[in-house]
Amino acid sequence: MNAPTIEYGELLPMLIVFGAAIIGVLIEAFVPRPPRHLLQVGLALVALIAAFVAVIWLAGTSLVGAAGSVAIDGPALFLQGAILVLAAISVLFFAERRLEGGGDAFAPSASALPGGAAERTLVTAGVLQTEVYPLTMFAIGGMLLFPAANDLLTLFVALEVLSLPLYLLAGMARRRRLLSQEAALKYFLLGAFSSAFFLFGAALIYGFAGSVQLSDIDVALGTRVGQEGLLLAGVGLIAVGLLFKVSAAPFHSWTPDVYQGAPTPVTGFMAACTKVAAFGAMLRIFYVSFGAVSSDWQPMFWAVAVLTMMVGVVVALTQTDVKRMLAYSSIAHAGFILTGMVAADAIGTASVLFYLVVYGFTTVGAFAVVTLVRDSAGEATHLAKWAGLGKRSPLVAATFALFLLAFAGIPLTSGFVGKLVVFSAAIDAGAVLLVIVGVVASAIAAFFYIRVIVLMFFTEPAPDGPTVAVPSLWTTVGIGLGVAATIILGIVPGPMLELAQQAATFVR
Amino acid sequence: MNFPWLTTLIAVPLLGAALTALVPRGLELAAKRLALFIAVITAIIALVAAVAFVGEGQPEQFVEQYEWVGSLGVFYAVGANGVSLSLIVLTAVVTPIVLLAMWREAEAERRNPKPFFALVLLLEAMIIGTFAAQDVLLFYVLFEAMLVPMYFLIGLYGGPQRRYAAVKFLLYNLLGGLIMLAAVIGLYVQSVNAGQPSFLLADLVALEVPVDIQRWLFLGFMFAFAIKAPLWPFHTWLPDAAAESTPANAAYLSGVMDKVGTFGMIALVLPLFPDATREFAPVVVVLAVISIVYGALLAVGQTDMKRLIAYTSISHFGFIVLGIFALTSQGVAGSTLYMVNHGLSTVALFVIVGFLIVRRGSRLVADYGGVAQPAPILAGSLLFAGLSGLALPGLATFVSEFLVLVGTYSRYRAAGVVATVGIILAALYILLFYQRTMTGPAREATRDFPDLRRREILVVAPLVALLLAVGFFPKPLLDVIDDGVRPTLVEVGVSDPEPITPAAEGSE
Repeated sequence: MNAPTIEYGELLPMLIVFGAAIIGVLIEAFVPRPPRHLLQVGLALVALIAAFVAVIWLAGTSLVGAAGSVAIDGPALFLQGAILVLAAISVLFFAERRLEGGGDAFAPSASALPGGAAERTLVTAGVLQTEVYPLTMFAIGGMLLFPAANDLLTLFVALEVLSLPLYLLAGMARRRRLLSQEAALKYFLLGAFSSAFFLFGAALIYGFAGSVQLSDIDVALGTRVGQEGLLLAGVGLIAVGLLFKVSAAPFHSWTPDVYQGAPTPVTGFMAACTKVAAFGAMLRIFYVSFGAVSSDWQPMFWAVAVLTMMVGVVVALTQTDVKRMLAYSSIAHAGFILTGMVAADAIGTASVLFYLVVYGFTTVGAFAVVTLVRDSAGEATHLAKWAGLGKRSPLVAATFALFLLAFAGIPLTSGFVGKLVVFSAAIDAGAVLLVIVGVVASAIAAFFYIRVIVLMFFTEPAPDGPTVAVPSLWTTVGIGLGVAATIILGIVPGPMLELAQQAATFVR
Repeated sequence: MNFPWLTTLIAVPLLGAALTALVPRGLELAAKRLALFIAVITAIIALVAAVAFVGEGQPEQFVEQYEWVGSLGVFYAVGANGVSLSLIVLTAVVTPIVLLAMWREAEAERRNPKPFFALVLLLEAMIIGTFAAQDVLLFYVLFEAMLVPMYFLIGLYGGPQRRYAAVKFLLYNLLGGLIMLAAVIGLYVQSVNAGQPSFLLADLVALEVPVDIQRWLFLGFMFAFAIKAPLWPFHTWLPDAAAESTPANAAYLSGVMDKVGTFGMIALVLPLFPDATREFAPVVVVLAVISIVYGALLAVGQTDMKRLIAYTSISHFGFIVLGIFALTSQGVAGSTLYMVNHGLSTVALFVIVGFLIVRRGSRLVADYGGVAQPAPILAGSLLFAGLSGLALPGLATFVSEFLVLVGTYSRYRAAGVVATVGIILAALYILLFYQRTMTGPAREATRDFPDLRRREILVVAPLVALLLAVGFFPKPLLDVIDDGVRPTLVEVGVSDPEPITPAAEGSE
């Protein structure tokens, strides 16, 4: 038996990130506390940038490597690049220390009892928790692997590697820790549940095809007849697992609670990067493995897309908390992305790739703005407290308004081009009704985005309203990148669109 | 190399908006002067361009075309014909007038006037851009994006109900725009299927779109334009928006910006969907006639001066739409001329009413009376603007209203007859309004009304001059418009019905 060859060069981005994660763990073990923060942040950023450079260096690669378990092709590299950039911006927000007066967004020790004496001691001593950085790097590594995984088992491993650190990160908020821990537990339980669905589906598919490799499944579709029950049940269960991760209805119920409870920089990271990775995996598995039975799963995605858009926008109307509103908005956007996915062709792939980038930048930016609006209890996330923000701090309010307009899909922002391409892909594939639902959902969505703008600009500020903290360079740069991407991708989307179109071919 | 007139006309106000916004705090007067200067420069450039256009004598001129998003076939393509040129000149000429009318009013209640002046310039650039656009997506992008500055203009500077009015304005128009987006994409997909993905108007006009698809696309486009124009029963946002805006802003909204809707009907709907246009024309004609009578009847009953003018606008937009869908050369040319004239006369009415409101602090007709005694010039100019609103022969609107009615009568006799009722009602609402506010004994509150000041006369004088000039000598303008209209009607494939003469009827 020969040892399998491993394409180390092609796997370099993932190896760099995982390597940095392990070095991060070692730093936690052996380096004294004071320099750790800077060291961890530096290590994370350097690794993410190096991995991004490696992705660019690999551009154009198209091969199935690591004994058939990993595919390095256009969609994988495109999404890996997107995840790395978005993750690097998120790490900038993690590193912010000015907003909490020397602390960051994380509890000094997750194990200390909330409100207990131990916690107070740690806070007074200014202790920083730096384990979040290696955890984040592991999550990013999993996210890089997820859209590249070429067999069901690797997919499952990647799913767990990206999820487990996120469960922990969600529970580490410095303020309102009980809410945060509740969020983490909820996320963990429901996440484990959905992973089980995924695994069960993978087992059924293995039973049908006799292989877990995506391309073998595709071949089996043409040769096995009479076992459609096994196949369709497997497809359905796998879809449940993945739709949970992208927070599509009816598997979305964890999203608002987790997004609200998690530390806001983590929320932004999860909302952007997890969605990118999970949609990447979904695209690959449904286009590569199940492409031949697309007429069987398209109706399901139709229904899910309609439900997701409608649930997202309608429930968002009633929200009074900024983070929950953004959570429902992210559910609605999952629906818009699904609209592009049902096209089941290269145009659909390209449109989804583009939309993910657009959505990711806007999302990390929007959540970062949320961290700036604060009162004595930390972030002031209740919408009523945002009244009159435009008068008090025009720049921050204008930035947030820009992100909201992009979410609403107003032209000259990136969100418009995103909607344009996914809707074009859907109409091109004959899904006209889906697009009409999407258009109506966009109009409803506009209402709650606009409501926040009304609140910020046209309402008198409350006398005891929150203050807008001046962030350090980390956050400023991060938000600046989000703003730049939102405007540039809105006005000159050409290069990014072409990149997405070139990247839209899966290797088999 | 031809001079890029249209790009200059878009770029100058755009640049002016940015410069105005950058003027530091505390120099509000300088910001206002700068904005006015830019607006005047733009108007001069527009007039020079018009002279150059007429001098050249070609029906289609000033064409520029650059690739914008190559992979989607989107172009920055602009060009002018008689129709668009006359509306561009209208926009450029009215903008400085509106700015001057807002000179002090923008500072009421200690508001910062700078955003108003910057936003109006931004809006001007976008409106000129839509009139010039020769690419459907470029048109759409500007059509939608212009909602944002107008939304802020209403929401930041309006009356007590401004938030409600701004949101209603935005949601109505956004819904229309999003439905139109679905139709734009649907049309684009037709060009993709034809093998040549393009958003260029010329390419899309050349497509042979099947009639059943044309019907849906027609409805999608018309939905947006009927809301924007506004046509009964999609009009309800306008009275609120106009009543709650500052008068000058209401003037800009209904005098200039809403023309984009009727312009879209002529420039896009007619040439793109000729078969559907012919099919649906009777329906639109009925709606237009209802608009004429309904708007006029409601105007008679209004107690709020700004709402009154808003309802007269709905009636006048009914005439414009009627002329367009009569599909005769007199009708369409008359409608285009009507757009220009209605722009001038509505702006005049709104700004003069604005001067009244500044003096008395009330929008209600009942709070005025006998103003003619203390302020004869004010009363005189209101009468003049009102008479042009009711289409008195010798004033500009008469020519256009007459043309519209002639054009309609030759095809839809009943509609032409009913529409004339609108003229009678117009006399009623204008003269009643004048009588109640201006004539009779001076009231306690109105006795010391100061007459128009120098700045206010400077605002009114050019409007009066233009209304007289076009009224007495419409030929040059009408010639230019005729040249622009003719190719459109050829595209629709209709020719003017034979004039109905006694001899012809006798021979049947």
